[in-house]
Amino acid sequence: MKRVPLHGIMAEFDNPTALVVAIHKTRAAGYRVMDAYSPFPIEEVSEALHIHDRLLPILVFFGGLAGCIGGFGLATWTSMIDYPINVGGRPLLSWPSFLPITFETCVLLAAVTCVLGLLGLNGLPMPYHPVFNVPQFALASREKFFLCIEATDPQFHRQETRRFLETLAPLSVAEVEN
Amino acid sequence: MSQPPSTQEHPGVIPRPPFIEPGHTFESVTDKIGAIVLEQGVRRGWLVGFTIAFSLLMVLLVALTNLIATGIGIWGINIPVGWGFDIINFVWWIGIGHAGTLISAILLLLRQQWRTSINRFAEAMTLFAVACAGLFPVAHLGRPWLAYWLFPYPNAMGMWPNFRSPLVWDVFAVSTYASVSLMFWFVGLIPDLATLRDRSPSRVGRCVYGLLAMGWRGSALHWHRYETAYLLLAGLSTPLVVSVHTIVSFDFAVSLIPGWHATIFPPYFVAGAIYAGFAMVLTLGIPLRWYYDLEDFITMRHLDNMARVMLATGLVVAYGYMMETFCAWYSASNYEEFMITNRFFGPYNKLYWSLIFCNVVAPQLLWFKRVRLNLGLLFLMSIIVSIGMWLERYIIIVVSLHRDFLPSSWGMYTGTVWDWATFIGTLGLFSSLLFLFIRFLPMISIFEMRTMVPEAKIDESAEAHH
Repeated sequence: MKRVPLHGIMAEFDNPTALVVAIHKTRAAGYRVMDAYSPFPIEEVSEALHIHDRLLPILVFFGGLAGCIGGFGLATWTSMIDYPINVGGRPLLSWPSFLPITFETCVLLAAVTCVLGLLGLNGLPMPYHPVFNVPQFALASREKFFLCIEATDPQFHRQETRRFLETLAPLSVAEVEN
Repeated sequence: MSQPPSTQEHPGVIPRPPFIEPGHTFESVTDKIGAIVLEQGVRRGWLVGFTIAFSLLMVLLVALTNLIATGIGIWGINIPVGWGFDIINFVWWIGIGHAGTLISAILLLLRQQWRTSINRFAEAMTLFAVACAGLFPVAHLGRPWLAYWLFPYPNAMGMWPNFRSPLVWDVFAVSTYASVSLMFWFVGLIPDLATLRDRSPSRVGRCVYGLLAMGWRGSALHWHRYETAYLLLAGLSTPLVVSVHTIVSFDFAVSLIPGWHATIFPPYFVAGAIYAGFAMVLTLGIPLRWYYDLEDFITMRHLDNMARVMLATGLVVAYGYMMETFCAWYSASNYEEFMITNRFFGPYNKLYWSLIFCNVVAPQLLWFKRVRLNLGLLFLMSIIVSIGMWLERYIIIVVSLHRDFLPSSWGMYTGTVWDWATFIGTLGLFSSLLFLFIRFLPMISIFEMRTMVPEAKIDESAEAHH
């Protein structure tokens, strides 16, 4: 990827409603590559940004499945094949007694997949990100809401985009250096 | 711009008190909770509390050192009572932990907003309670340095654990529970760690919180995945928490001892766990909200709701006691009948009737709103229930074991000073961890509290006008 001097241009808003309105207007103006930052999750913001990400639940499903098969397989293999104990001729494949283990390993692997998947898909841990170069951005974890049109957007123009963001009645507009 | 929630749309409906006092904004919520960690520093009350807790933790270290050096003969257990304080305390602690998961996971799935201001410290309570619980079975092994033998790993002995044993199920259940609770808690903390990173006045604080926050920046896509992950973890924790205490009850129910071999054990244990857990949340929550001035976040409505949950689960537990008695009679088994008569009139009968008083009689006061809204009484009630739940495990374990099938094998059990030292020591471990948690991490979820601020709701009319 070509290294661009600017990551994007960022506008600061006072409340979630202003942010959602701004996202709608920005998309209506034709911009597509943007990200919003907020101090808490806002469903309307993801909707406005048309975020559709369904990968995590699928990963978790397969994590859980692997845990299920692994747990049951471990109990069955060790009790039937590798270390069979004959207790009064009772069946070696005593599957009902393997179910608690199967359930626990299923939950464990699903949960591990969920957390690692969340971090992995979000690219965390990330020691550096350009948005933190904007001084006001420290408030993104407290009370302010930010919209950043990124420089990779085909319609991005340093002055034009800035002027456009200023029409959205933001508290401030800042260039995000890379 | 932002109005406190009104009931104008539903005239005639009496408004219920909100879960956050009016007048709060995103800033005020952030600063108020953040200040406990970032600005208040070490306060005298905290220091006194931590000193006591830490001294008790040292008692635990002495007790465990003596245990490892001498052996479990220093405890009161022997034949026929092979399980004593160790398993009583294990079950007691693990039960206490369950309320944390219930609040954070089940109430989230049920969309109960009142969980928001209590879930963080309840989850911390879960983790620390599980840490205390885990100590006991390991210490009880006699050779705790071989505890890893419980896990299945390829070894030179060519042996595997017996996967048909409830005790092995227990190892899997408790370790999974501890791991999943830790992950759930940490995922919940990430956005708040980012807040602390951005607001910490000290360089060390910025570095440590920054490392832990892993570069969280509140991106919309990240939040979207975060919410999915949080819901998934809640969905996974919900059956997990039920399974854990079910499996703990299997430790007893799968055996053939009268007083243990009962099908009612799983639901009755799970209800008891929630009962004890909510009692502990109240025991911790009432002083915390007073000392840190958090009355506008942990409102009377929260305490009222918790008292109601306690009452409901207490009734389930009372039903459990009733059914135990009924089944003993209905089974027409001499041993079962003897077990219940022995509980009522035997050598430990004072403990049994104290248990009935603590867990069945006293909590009936919670039917009265006056009692639920009286902080002193509610606090007292939570202590009574905690004692009652400890007695319950004492009765189940000791009273069932001390009268063996053959009168020649009968015996009596009392905890020794080392039993008590270990138990009190774990109280020290639990409260030390809790004091450190309160000092260094936000005890109320800041980002979730922001969603409770009226301004957080998107104004649909403004959105439509664009």
